[in-house]
Amino acid sequence: MHLDHSHDGPSAVSADARRPDGSRRALRIGLGGPVGSGKTATVAALCRALRDELSLAVVTNDIYTREDAEFLLREAVLPPERITAVETGACPHTAIRDDISANLEAVEDLEDEVGPLDLILVESGGDNLTATFSKGLVDAQIFVIDVAGGDDIPRKGGPGVTTADLLVVNKTDLAPYVGSDLERMAADAKAQRAELPVVFQSLRNEAGVGDVAAWVRGQFAAWSA
Amino acid sequence: MSRAALLVLADGRFPAGGHAHSGGAEAAVKAGRVTGAASLEDFCRGRLHTAGLVAAALAAAAVLGVAPGELDAAADARTPSPALRVAARRLGRQLMRAARATWPSDELDAVARQFPKGAHQPVVLGLAARAAGLEPVDAAYCAAYESVSGPASATVRLLSLDPFDATGVLARLAPEVDLVVDRAVEAARRVADDGVDALPASSAPLLEVGAETHAAWAVRLFAS
Amino acid sequence: MSVSGVRATARIVARSDGRGGTSLPVLEGEGPLALRRTRASGGEARVMLVGAMSGPLGGDHFTVEADVEEGTRLRVGSAAATIALPGQAKGEARYDVWLRVADGAELQWLPEQLISAGGSDLRVATHVEVGAGGRLVLREEQVLGRVGEEPGRLTSRLTVRVGGRVVLDQELACGPGALGGWDGPAVLGGHRAVGQLVVVRPEFGSRPVPARVLGEGAVVAPLAGPAVLVSAVAGDALRLRRVLDEALALMA
Repeated sequence: MHLDHSHDGPSAVSADARRPDGSRRALRIGLGGPVGSGKTATVAALCRALRDELSLAVVTNDIYTREDAEFLLREAVLPPERITAVETGACPHTAIRDDISANLEAVEDLEDEVGPLDLILVESGGDNLTATFSKGLVDAQIFVIDVAGGDDIPRKGGPGVTTADLLVVNKTDLAPYVGSDLERMAADAKAQRAELPVVFQSLRNEAGVGDVAAWVRGQFAAWSA
Repeated sequence: MSRAALLVLADGRFPAGGHAHSGGAEAAVKAGRVTGAASLEDFCRGRLHTAGLVAAALAAAAVLGVAPGELDAAADARTPSPALRVAARRLGRQLMRAARATWPSDELDAVARQFPKGAHQPVVLGLAARAAGLEPVDAAYCAAYESVSGPASATVRLLSLDPFDATGVLARLAPEVDLVVDRAVEAARRVADDGVDALPASSAPLLEVGAETHAAWAVRLFAS
Repeated sequence: MSVSGVRATARIVARSDGRGGTSLPVLEGEGPLALRRTRASGGEARVMLVGAMSGPLGGDHFTVEADVEEGTRLRVGSAAATIALPGQAKGEARYDVWLRVADGAELQWLPEQLISAGGSDLRVATHVEVGAGGRLVLREEQVLGRVGEEPGRLTSRLTVRVGGRVVLDQELACGPGALGGWDGPAVLGGHRAVGQLVVVRPEFGSRPVPARVLGEGAVVAPLAGPAVLVSAVAGDALRLRRVLDEALALMA
């Protein structure tokens, strides 16, 4: 793997794999998806599942409050110094895709102030189906949709559903109540995504975030190899 | 060097963090001082001749090679509100990142090392223009225009203002932007002989009050 | 016929009297700028600026200088508001204030308001140099127009250095002929009284005053250095004074 493009400057400019001191930076995974699909709950569950084995931090991108960051703080999934909120000026997709500078500062500050870190989860503000993370910001991205948002979302596609490294269909426990057809969602997702993985999860079931956590472990193993 | 580099630097899509800041418009809207196109124009005019003039002169002086540390201290002295100093440094750091990626230069690297948490944005803007081979007047135009385009586009989002009205405001202010740029460049040229005290220091009390009011809110759309 | 304005200078030097008190070896006024020593309090000397005539008028140039030497305390006030008026002489009037506060000295500079009367054109510049361990309370208040009157043109610059470093440099320009927007929602928002209170104390270096907003039009802003600026706008002089007094009390 040849990721350490040499860079003499005082700090990395974009997604350079090495920090200025030559050490490997943390793996960055983005979590995007529509409002209310369960991104923050998934981040919280991932923190609980992984915090004993990996050095973790979280960056949230709220639309107009610090609510997501405050939810994570309240739930005490990580010590407060490991959670940072980025303000997005009413355009959450801009902050993760078109102008990633504030998020890059946030991840670098976390590594400077609490590091060394293995993994930083970057959660986007709830947005629409076209919002994806820039490759300059994250190494891999998870797109979270839920069954209550309509079982036609996988069929409709869009950059998040089609290109995310992992698609999570959340709240499967609600499917019978909202009339969503999980098999149809799985087939549509397969058609849109070919070999890219899809996880169906309910954070209320025993398995919880287990499959997503396993996928993250796989990503980290590849990153640190 | 191509003058078209100015278009790259002045482009609202230049990835330097400006989209998350309202230039005081969010506080002014909440306080009921900006309610539509007419009051937006008054707001922008006031900002242009105060914060805009100061920023334009700092940027022009940076292009002329005035020591960034001196300019940064001059910017601090001209920015009483701590919330505005924090915002200016945060934006300066973001702009520094974008500028170094766009126009790599040893000088930018050195200033990034000198100010790891960011220098004031107008100073970095001038250094970016310098790295792009632009002139003092170009940097001054960039800074002066940003001082009004930021609040205008934020107000489109905050008040659902007709975007054509907001653009009209910017067009009507154009002659005054020219005037501010002339004054800014003239002042910047005096710095070599008279020091940074020659830079304008125009202040806007309500921008300062609004910035601190805004910084204390728990719920807001923009970072400043 | 050309009429030239009045040039006048007033000088104050505060020096230690060697017994823990403050003497005033220099206390000179001239023309419209008269100085009176008033009763001292503890080790502090007190001086009142007495306007022997109204002014400054167009073309006038007034200068006030105060030197507060090491280990002394000086308090300067004024007997009444200063009114800038239009004059027969051409050009703007100027009012320059030079204040030097030595290390270990303290100055309270608390003049009454400056009123910018209709048709006047005044440029005020206040330069303050405070030694590293010096203390300062400085108040400036500008009232734009007498009651029911449009203001004149007023430009007021205030520069404060502490330990050789500029901690505050700001200028306010308003009235007819000032560049646009001064009365608008970014600058004064229609308010007719505007004021600044600068407090310099060495202990602010280690224990900065937190920023806070007072009411709708005033802010307590810790500067980049051991100093605080209270910046305020208000509907009239009385309300302005009230908010500046409130801010000063907060720092007591």
